[in-house]
Amino acid sequence: MSTPKKILFYILLVISAFLVFFPVLYAFMISFMSGGEILQGKFFPKSIHFDNYIKVFDRLPLMNYLINSFIVSFGVMLGQLVVCSLAAYAFVFIPFKGREFIFFLFISTMMIPWEATMIPNFFTIQKLDWMNTYQGLTVPFFALAFGTFLLRQHFKTIPKELHEAAEVAGLGKFAFFWRVILPVSKTSLVTLGAYGFLTTWNMYLWPLLVTSTDQVRTVQIGLKQLQSQEVATEWGVVMAGVIVVIIPTLLLLFAGQKQLQKGLTQGALK
Amino acid sequence: MKADAASTPPKQLGLWRKSLNARTALLYLFPSILLFSVFIFYPMFRTIYLSFFLTDQQGAAALFVGFENYTYLFESREFRNSIKATVLFVLYTVPTGVIIALFLALIANEKLKGIGFFRTVYSSTMGISVAASSVVWLFLFHPSIGMFNRLLNVMNLPGVQWLLDPDWALVSISISTIWMNIGFSFLILLGGLQNIDEYLYESAKIDGAGYWYQLRRITIPMLSPTLFFIITISLINAFQTFGQVDILTKGGPSQATNLIVYSIYREAFVNYQFGTASAQAVFLFICILIVTILQFKLGEKKVHYQ
Repeated sequence: MSTPKKILFYILLVISAFLVFFPVLYAFMISFMSGGEILQGKFFPKSIHFDNYIKVFDRLPLMNYLINSFIVSFGVMLGQLVVCSLAAYAFVFIPFKGREFIFFLFISTMMIPWEATMIPNFFTIQKLDWMNTYQGLTVPFFALAFGTFLLRQHFKTIPKELHEAAEVAGLGKFAFFWRVILPVSKTSLVTLGAYGFLTTWNMYLWPLLVTSTDQVRTVQIGLKQLQSQEVATEWGVVMAGVIVVIIPTLLLLFAGQKQLQKGLTQGALK
Repeated sequence: MKADAASTPPKQLGLWRKSLNARTALLYLFPSILLFSVFIFYPMFRTIYLSFFLTDQQGAAALFVGFENYTYLFESREFRNSIKATVLFVLYTVPTGVIIALFLALIANEKLKGIGFFRTVYSSTMGISVAASSVVWLFLFHPSIGMFNRLLNVMNLPGVQWLLDPDWALVSISISTIWMNIGFSFLILLGGLQNIDEYLYESAKIDGAGYWYQLRRITIPMLSPTLFFIITISLINAFQTFGQVDILTKGGPSQATNLIVYSIYREAFVNYQFGTASAQAVFLFICILIVTILQFKLGEKKVHYQ
């Protein structure tokens, strides 16, 4: 590429990066500001101090919410990995009558928007007495057509000879799944895991419906509480809360961006 | 899951033996099938069922009314308004969002030093939750201390009541939504760009084709499956919008931002009208179904696959 063209691209890249990242950057700056500074409309805080962060942990049981979000996200992630990998294994390595049909049933669940089923689901959780529990927040999301599909695509690339060799060696189906298939599929499992964790951490509507006490409430609902309590006065505290909530997922995204992109494109297009 | 059917010796009937694989497979599929049945298939049928009933406060069907919930909905100004808001919202967010994400993907697909940093920044909004983004945008839209009105003031323009003015509220929600969705669309489109065969560009360069020619004749056609996919996903996401409405406007002012999922939520969990809420949910399902079917039908025909 010629130098002027390079410069042009860098200019475009930098401006776009600034525009895209500005809201986060601004929130970060405000999280260090006092009320007065925010009213003056400054962009850079006078000094870096953590008063707002201390306050936000004071006002809300934010630590509790963080732990809850971790438990819920990790739980859904593990559940999805187990449930989806078992299903994907059956679809690839066990030929049986009706396989196409069941696979079609799985795929058809992708067409049903979760919001269209939330009313009966809410009552199911209520009847199971799972309101305000971790089960209520996690179990409905364990089975995932997208995840099964993603893993199935990867399992399909595993050479059939490996399966035959395992059978010759007298490895049972489950042993083959556990000791051979899962280890060679680490990258897809990591992709699905990151995806599951990310989407669960960011979930909003379901936790809003099934939690009514602080006990298992997640950080996203905590943010809503914070916003409605503090809105008129302390934006610095609110923004400190925002930064605390987005750090885990941003870190996860930064670490796995390449992997995630590959996995998602594969899942989407093939 | 240890109960591996392969290890139980098949004794009697041929059928029992023949179905060995099916039984084993069902064992592996059982968790998924059970969960899908309880949390997707049953509630879908239950929603359709409830949409024909008036319900009590506990959501139990009380009185069969046939299609009356539906006729009531389509006659109600509120629901028509909600459909109108949703359609406008789709028109505001989907084309703009895809074009911006495409632009970002194109400039981030160049082989330049430090490009990884820019890719990370552009995909970052995918890691930021709807709740967190909405709270930040609530501040940006703040009438007096928000950044937008400050900028307008600097330019000597009058401030705008972003979230309080019925003419602006939906636009404001749309702006924040476009920003929230950029990360995901960008990531998928970048993946699509990177799947295009280098060879095509090399031969185009030998023929002396310029940047725009390559973009029009190679990049866009080869990217069309990905583009089509991301348009579909954006459409479906737009229909499912909830968090930003709940935090930024609560459906107001004067229902200008009462998007369909928010309307379902309010009808069911604030007004306890589970029958009409279910009818709305069925309507939402049909809309998304149509979009998905179009994706399959049109996608196969119009789109250039490698």
